[in-house]
Amino acid sequence: MSDFFKGLMQFRRGPWEMVATILIALGVFMLMQPFVLWAFTYSFITTLIGTVMFIIVSHFPE
Amino acid sequence: MSEKTAERVANATPVHIARKIKGLSDRTIAWIFVGPTIFLLLAINIFPLIWTVNLSFTNFKANRINRAIDYVGLRNYERILTDTDVWLSMQATAHFLFWTIFFQVLIGFTLAWLINKKFKGNDLWTTIIVLPMMLSPAVVGNFWTFLYQPQIGLFNYVVAFLTGRDASSFEMLGSVDLAPWSIVIVDTWMWTPFVMLICLAGLRSIPDYIYEAAEVDRASKLRQFFTITIPMVLPFLMLAVLFRGIENFKMFDLVVQLTGGGPGSTTELASIHLKREAFEKWRTGYSSALAIILFVTVFGLASIYVKALNKVKGK
Repeated sequence: MSDFFKGLMQFRRGPWEMVATILIALGVFMLMQPFVLWAFTYSFITTLIGTVMFIIVSHFPE
Repeated sequence: MSEKTAERVANATPVHIARKIKGLSDRTIAWIFVGPTIFLLLAINIFPLIWTVNLSFTNFKANRINRAIDYVGLRNYERILTDTDVWLSMQATAHFLFWTIFFQVLIGFTLAWLINKKFKGNDLWTTIIVLPMMLSPAVVGNFWTFLYQPQIGLFNYVVAFLTGRDASSFEMLGSVDLAPWSIVIVDTWMWTPFVMLICLAGLRSIPDYIYEAAEVDRASKLRQFFTITIPMVLPFLMLAVLFRGIENFKMFDLVVQLTGGGPGSTTELASIHLKREAFEKWRTGYSSALAIILFVTVFGLASIYVKALNKVKGK
């Protein structure tokens, strides 16, 4: 776990990609869930942030 | 190629062509070859994308091209993301996505596991199982419409035979409860072979010596399955799930052919809703914004897919 945070602080690709992946997956879940409308409303911005983050962090060093 | 051969080939070039090319640098020649491809890519892929992003901020209607176009900012996105009809179409997509992937993985993996066992007629069975995947979605949609007919359809008769119900007592495509399941069944029938092939590739990549070592350690077949087979096939399985997830998120042709989004809007998937907004209600700006939302979602999923693919390649 500490390696993960250490990687985040040092701008390493692996942990940041993980964060971006979680954001994308969360955004897709929020888009399709049948429970609350506000989650659907904020789904696009979550996915967009995750996707843009993924593009940026994939250029970080390993 | 030896130096002499290279020289002979160079000398064989007709003089008038050699004269024309003379003076062009390697970089220029490379651009001459690559240029048309880049131009086509920009014209066919990038320009429509940028144009759609631009339209998504307007109130443009494609059936009223003479009307003044106003920029409405983020209003289209705001409307979509608070529209319960879009939300329902996303839920229909989620139902379709979840159950198709669930059944395809379950049946696909089981079939791959059985096919992986050496038996007579193995190749023939693989070919037969893979056949549905090779058909066009339009063809599949058309003949499943006939199979689902309550009066003459084979599907209803098979269900009637197995359950004892009257064959014409239920209608797969016309019932609000059954229509979402009817599209799940057809997609599962068509694309399970694809998942099976990916799982089969995963199963065949496991070296025999790992099982032999497990046998020496007296590991049971069940333990071998859960500690060797499943972990080693998992990256392949994940790949299949992501690939089918992306494909089914964009599903259009098969469902249009089967139900057309009905009855009502019970099988109206996101892409069908988009088509209705764009080409039936002619709300081009609004539908462009919806298209961008779907694009970003698919792009995000594709990013994860590429990451998973690289992981599989690494292994």
